[in-house]
Amino acid sequence: MRWFRRLVLVLIGRPIARVFTGADIIGREKLPLKGPAILAANHASHVDTILMLTLYPSKGLDRVRPAAAADYFLRGGLISWLSNTIIGIVPVARDKAGTGVDVLAPVRAALEAGDIVLIFPEGTRGDGEEMAQLKSGVARLAADVPQAPVYPIWLQGAGRVLPKGEALPVPMNCTVLVGDPLHWQGDRKAFLEELRVRLEDLKAKAPPQRWA
Amino acid sequence: MDAVTAFFAQQSPVVLWGLGGVLAVLTLAVGITALLPVLKPAGDFTNLRQRIASWWVMIALLAGALLLGWQAFTALMIVISFIALREFLSLAPVRREDRLIVLAAFVAMGINYLFIILDDYGLYRVFIPTYVFLIIPFLMACIGQTRAFLATTATFHWAIVTCVYNLGYIAFLMRTPAAEAQPAGAAGLVFFLLVVTEANDVAQYVWGKLFGKRKIVPKVSPNKTWEGFIGGWVTTSALIWFLGPVFTPLSGIGLATLALFLPLAGFAGDVTMSAIKRDIGVKDTSALIPGHGGLLDRADSLTFTAPLYFHILAYFALGHF
Repeated sequence: MRWFRRLVLVLIGRPIARVFTGADIIGREKLPLKGPAILAANHASHVDTILMLTLYPSKGLDRVRPAAAADYFLRGGLISWLSNTIIGIVPVARDKAGTGVDVLAPVRAALEAGDIVLIFPEGTRGDGEEMAQLKSGVARLAADVPQAPVYPIWLQGAGRVLPKGEALPVPMNCTVLVGDPLHWQGDRKAFLEELRVRLEDLKAKAPPQRWA
Repeated sequence: MDAVTAFFAQQSPVVLWGLGGVLAVLTLAVGITALLPVLKPAGDFTNLRQRIASWWVMIALLAGALLLGWQAFTALMIVISFIALREFLSLAPVRREDRLIVLAAFVAMGINYLFIILDDYGLYRVFIPTYVFLIIPFLMACIGQTRAFLATTATFHWAIVTCVYNLGYIAFLMRTPAAEAQPAGAAGLVFFLLVVTEANDVAQYVWGKLFGKRKIVPKVSPNKTWEGFIGGWVTTSALIWFLGPVFTPLSGIGLATLALFLPLAGFAGDVTMSAIKRDIGVKDTSALIPGHGGLLDRADSLTFTAPLYFHILAYFALGHF
């Protein structure tokens, strides 16, 4: 099914994403083509995931898998099929967090198998303006799989194309900014702070594709 | 093979020679960029090479659409207007509540081009300047956000008139009846507009680089000079005066009017869009065209020259409009 996923993403996903977002990317050459690696991006819209997958260099695309909430994306039907077959999600049982279940185990397994995992460390979609507090999951993953570099990625404008709660997408230019990778240094708090600073730096460099 | 021969045989020979000339200039530019690293080993010519590579693509698209006829050319212009409008409204100050107004702007674009497909100039002429002008603010009032209301209506009007209405004139020129579009057909009219507008940009740049001293609009475009402006003006005017009769039915006072004002309009479009970009705080409107920036960075002069060119032709030579 790998060829099918690639075909759909490149031949159908890519043109649609281009029409709706312009799909500009700054620092494309920095994106890893081999795993294990973590792509840590801000999150405002479902367009974020589509944008990353359709912009990704074809060479590394087979390895890219977005971590996504199992409670939301695996409710059955077409959404489940799309999430599994085309998007290729790594399921995270968000609703079981804090109950003693190791909800990050599938992500760790994917990283150890050499995948490039896209995660949204805010944990949920925001309003596209301010970044929410980063959850500690990204730091735990970096600690558990220290050979995986963490790439900060700022996604500008996707929240305007399809904001949370809206069904009708509107074409607006978006820009993806890829930063230099971070490596695990042993301190969770310092790691999260460093990631936040790098994301804010990328945000400051983004074109003003935001609401006035 | 016969189909290919027949395709080219039905084209205006003047347009084919013109396109040949453009390809010759571009090939010459490639030759020069190949020599530059030898002459100046320390220089970085990546941007120049990217620029020229992008020109090949842009010229291939425009030439292909021109030769295929008004249907293909209108389709290309719809894509160009769409991208330009998307770039503009994504950068300009638009409020969260205006998300559906952005969608309405794209709908207005579709209707605008429908009038070109229907060849209905009467409706084209009034639809955006009068009715879209009124309907957009009304829709905004219905949504109810009054903060920065007037400024936002201006943003939408500016975007729609420049990116859709003004650029649409280029597509409408292709609907000129063959009997009026002498001596090189409707494709010749469009080809000439594109060539002189781009030539004006290049001439101003070259004169400015060679002789530029006195700044002309330092707060908006610090690199623009009086020398570049006047040198470009004279060069383009001469180009229009001598090549105009080859591609257009204009002569005498009509041709003189075009020669005098088109270079001015090109300069004005460039400077005005620069002021808008400076206000927004960006250098390029996107990264769509490698080496050039966004589509609006390339089409800025055209948003001013296209309506002027159309109106001068309509006034002096074309009965259809």
